[in-house]
Order: sequence, then C-alpha cells, then structure tokens
Amino acid sequence: MDELREIMITTDEIKTDEYLINMGPQHPSTHGVLRLLVQLEGEIVHNVQPHVGYIHSGIEKMAESLSYPQIGHLTDRMDYLSAHQNNEAVALCVENALQVEVPERVKYIRTIMSELSRLASHQLWWCVMGMDMGALTTFFYGLRDREDILDIFEETCGARLTVNYSIPGGLMFDIHPNFQRDVKAFIKKFKTKLPEYDRLLSGNVIFTERTKGVGFLSKEDAIAYGVTGPTGRASGFSCDLRKHRPYSAYDKVNFKEILSDVGDTYARYQVRMAEMWESMSIIEQLIDNIPEGDYAVKMKGVVKLPEGEFYQRVETARGEFGVFIVSDGKKNPYRVKFRSPGFSNLFAINHIAKGWKIADLVAIMSTFDLVIPDIDR
Amino acid sequence: MGIIKKKQDIEINDYPIIESHEGGSIILAKLDDLVNWARSNSLWPLTFGTRCCAIEFMAVGASRHDMARFGFEVARATPRQADMIIISGSINYKMAPVLKRLYDQMADPKYVIAMGACAVSGGPFYYNSYAIVKGADHVIPVDVYIPGCPPRPEALLYGMMQLQKKIRRERNFNSKKKDK
Repeated sequence: MDELREIMITTDEIKTDEYLINMGPQHPSTHGVLRLLVQLEGEIVHNVQPHVGYIHSGIEKMAESLSYPQIGHLTDRMDYLSAHQNNEAVALCVENALQVEVPERVKYIRTIMSELSRLASHQLWWCVMGMDMGALTTFFYGLRDREDILDIFEETCGARLTVNYSIPGGLMFDIHPNFQRDVKAFIKKFKTKLPEYDRLLSGNVIFTERTKGVGFLSKEDAIAYGVTGPTGRASGFSCDLRKHRPYSAYDKVNFKEILSDVGDTYARYQVRMAEMWESMSIIEQLIDNIPEGDYAVKMKGVVKLPEGEFYQRVETARGEFGVFIVSDGKKNPYRVKFRSPGFSNLFAINHIAKGWKIADLVAIMSTFDLVIPDIDR
Repeated sequence: MGIIKKKQDIEINDYPIIESHEGGSIILAKLDDLVNWARSNSLWPLTFGTRCCAIEFMAVGASRHDMARFGFEVARATPRQADMIIISGSINYKMAPVLKRLYDQMADPKYVIAMGACAVSGGPFYYNSYAIVKGADHVIPVDVYIPGCPPRPEALLYGMMQLQKKIRRERNFNSKKKDK
C-alpha cells in the first residue's frame, strides 16, 4: 500500500514538457499544404503558429506583367471554390475604373453564378467538415449534389472549376439555352436534399458533442482579426458585403444576412447551412427575371485604366475578397494586391484554438473553410 | 490436380489459366503476371493535394466517378501506406523538398502521376512566376502526365488506367530469355 501511495505521489508530480508538433504540410485535415506548428502540453493546445508559403505562386507579381483581362484567369486559381466571385471582383474593379456600365442581363447572370458557386463551395465544405470529424458518408452526399452545379457550370462556361466567366465588360459567353431550366431543376432537387444534410450531421450526437461550445470567437475579436464571411457572421459581426455594399444584382433581391451571436464551432456550421437556403432563395428570385439584352459591352482591344488606385470587394464563400489595383495608365497594372478572406481568417486560429484539445483544432479549422491557395496566392 | 494437356495453352494465354477440377481449381500463370495483376488492381493513392486539381481528385473519389471501381480504393494520408502520389497542383520551391521527402518515404514499388498543367510543366505559372517549379518531374520521376487545368475526372481516370497498363507490362523477375 505504501508503495502504491509512493507511486501515486510521484505521478502527481510528473509534468509533461511542452512539445512542438508539425501539422502539415502533408496532412489530410489542413485541406492542402498548410503547415501548423502546434505547441502542446499533453493534448492541450498552447500555441498554434501557421506557416504559409508552401503553395505561394507569386500571382500578384505575375499580374504586373499581364493585361487586365488576363489577370482574371489567375484569380480562378487562387480561391478555386469561389472562382466566379474572384473573376467578378477583377471585372467589377476594371469596370468601375473605366466607368463602364454593364447591361442588366450581365448583372443578373453574375449574381446567379456567384450564388451557384457559393452553394458548390458550401457543399464541398460540408463534405470535408464531416470527413475531418471522421464521417465519410458526408463526402459522398455532398459531392453527389455538387456535381449537378458543376454540370451547369460546364454547360455555360465550358469548365467545371476554373470558370473564368466574368470578364471586364461582361461575360465570356451568353448563357446556355438550358441554363434556366437546369438551375430550376437543381434548386428543386437540392431543396429536398439539404434536409438530408441536417439529418446526417446537424443532429448527430458525436458531431454536436465535438462542436457545440468549442472554439469561441467573440465579436470584438472577429473584428480585430478581420475575420469575415460566415466565420465572422457566426460571431455576430455583420459583414455581408452583399447587404452592406451591394454589387451586381444584390440590391434587387431580398435575403437575410445570417448572423449568430454564439461564435462557437457549431454556430459557424449553422451559419453556412443557413446560407445555403438563402443562396437558393436569391437564385429563385432572379432566375425567371433575367432581362434580355447583350451579354457584354464592347470594350477596347487593349484595356488601359486611368492613372490612380482602384479597389473593389466582393463577398466570396469565405468572406471579403478585395482587389486593389494601382494603375499608371498603361495596359498592365503597376501593382495588384488581393485581399483574400482566407489569410485574415487563418490568423485568428491561434486565438481560438488556445486551451482546446488538438482534436478540437481540426474541428475549428474545418469550420474556417480554408482554401490554401487563397491564403498564399 | 490439373494436367495441362497441350503445351500450347501456356504459350497462347498470357493471363492466368483457371481450370476447374474436382475439389477446387488451379491457376497457372507467370509469376510476373500474378504480381502485376495484384499490384495494378490495388493502387492506393496518397492524399496529396495542393491546388484546384485536388478538388477534381476528390470528385474522382466520390459518388459519380468513383475511382474505387478500378482498384484505387482508399486514399491514404501517410506515404508509408501509399503506392502512388497524384501530384494535383503546382509545386513551388518551398514545397519541392517536402514532395521529395514524401516520395522517399514511400515503399517500393511506387508510382507518380502528374495531374494538371501545373504539375506537368508549371501551367499558368510557367511565365513570370518566381516561385513555381516548372514541372514536378524536376523533383521526382513521373510515370503518367495528365494535361488539363484542371483535368476532367474522366481524364484522371484515364490517366490512372494508363498507369495500370504500365504496371501490367513490368518485368519484376530478371530472366535473360525474356529480355531477348
């Protein structure tokens, strides 16, 4: 007995050292090649230091030697899940600088396509979120429905992911004759499928245990870190640019800005799920009212921006995406800066994950919906 | 016990001969064929995604395209359990040593598929980019190149089947007669 007591005393005194582990760059739940340097004591996370640069490709520097319509092609490859919104940002920025007014038809189609890509992005996020938690079924359900959207993209733009549909001055092509029919069919189908998602994951006991009350981010911190998009809105930070700075046809539709004041992992999950319903309602309001007209205005062969600085921001599936162009009056920009939502969101992770277990870090990270080339560019 | 009556049977058929007899059947084949048959039909890819192609790689693993039909059953997160790397996306100078290390950690036999323009040649980042390695084959040897930006899932499936074809032609056991 005395011996046992002796052992118990000694185990109390044992303190584990803090140690560092590397998550990534090759790790299935970092969604790419992000590297996190995690400082742990036992299972408790003490510090998370993200290391970026493993997919850096110098797009901003490349843009300086490209003409304005060409920059759009590279923005597809940044946030490939919000490819359309990225194109739209560049197109809007150039149009605003030249003070070109695009036809109403273009605005409507751009809005519908933006919402479709937001839906596709959230579907993929939902699959991956489930996968990170160890539920493989979500992967098959989400990607099954996502293929329908990709079919619409493919019919209209010729590409599944890197659409490059919005160009300065309008759209690359007119919509396919079947576009409206297909979109309506998809919305009708997906409305029956989305409750399935809720049944699978939202009410799942294991899932709620791992997400509810885990990884809080307060509204003040969200603003301080510049966390935007669904991640910021889950903390009560009203940052939906579609509401506050409407572009394209967002001023013509009624929709709710989804806000939650809880700020935990489950709130971030719920906000995205609710946003999918809102996206569908936006598409439904527009799809029957696409006005007739041209799909693009005639632009000059060589687009030259006047001297000055131009900024345009749009709401992608991840948050606020901004394009900042400094022009010196030539056909190439003097400097291009992209304000990507992923980069700002990522650096709040240290603040959120501190004190939680390493398994919670994975859950927190998946609700951030990180796309690594969006962070690194 | 099976008795092959004609010597021709072995020479004509390259594939395993299955003869049913009382109490079971017998498979006769070249050892090479058996090994290649087994290897080519259970290639486990490493979950290694860098850019947009990784999303198409995921689509290939999912319901509509379903790479499990061809034996690419499970994607493994550790290189030690994987048979091949699908390099889906661009490799930059910071990532190149990591890719080399992942490749070195894999057990032989190992195969590499370069998926998409970035992995084949640098793709859209070929010109003017200071960061991107112009083709993954500068870092590790590549067996199959799949062009496209990103390639369609069907293209990836076709490329993977080409790799299977390549594996089926391999000679694993040295024999001077066969080489002639």
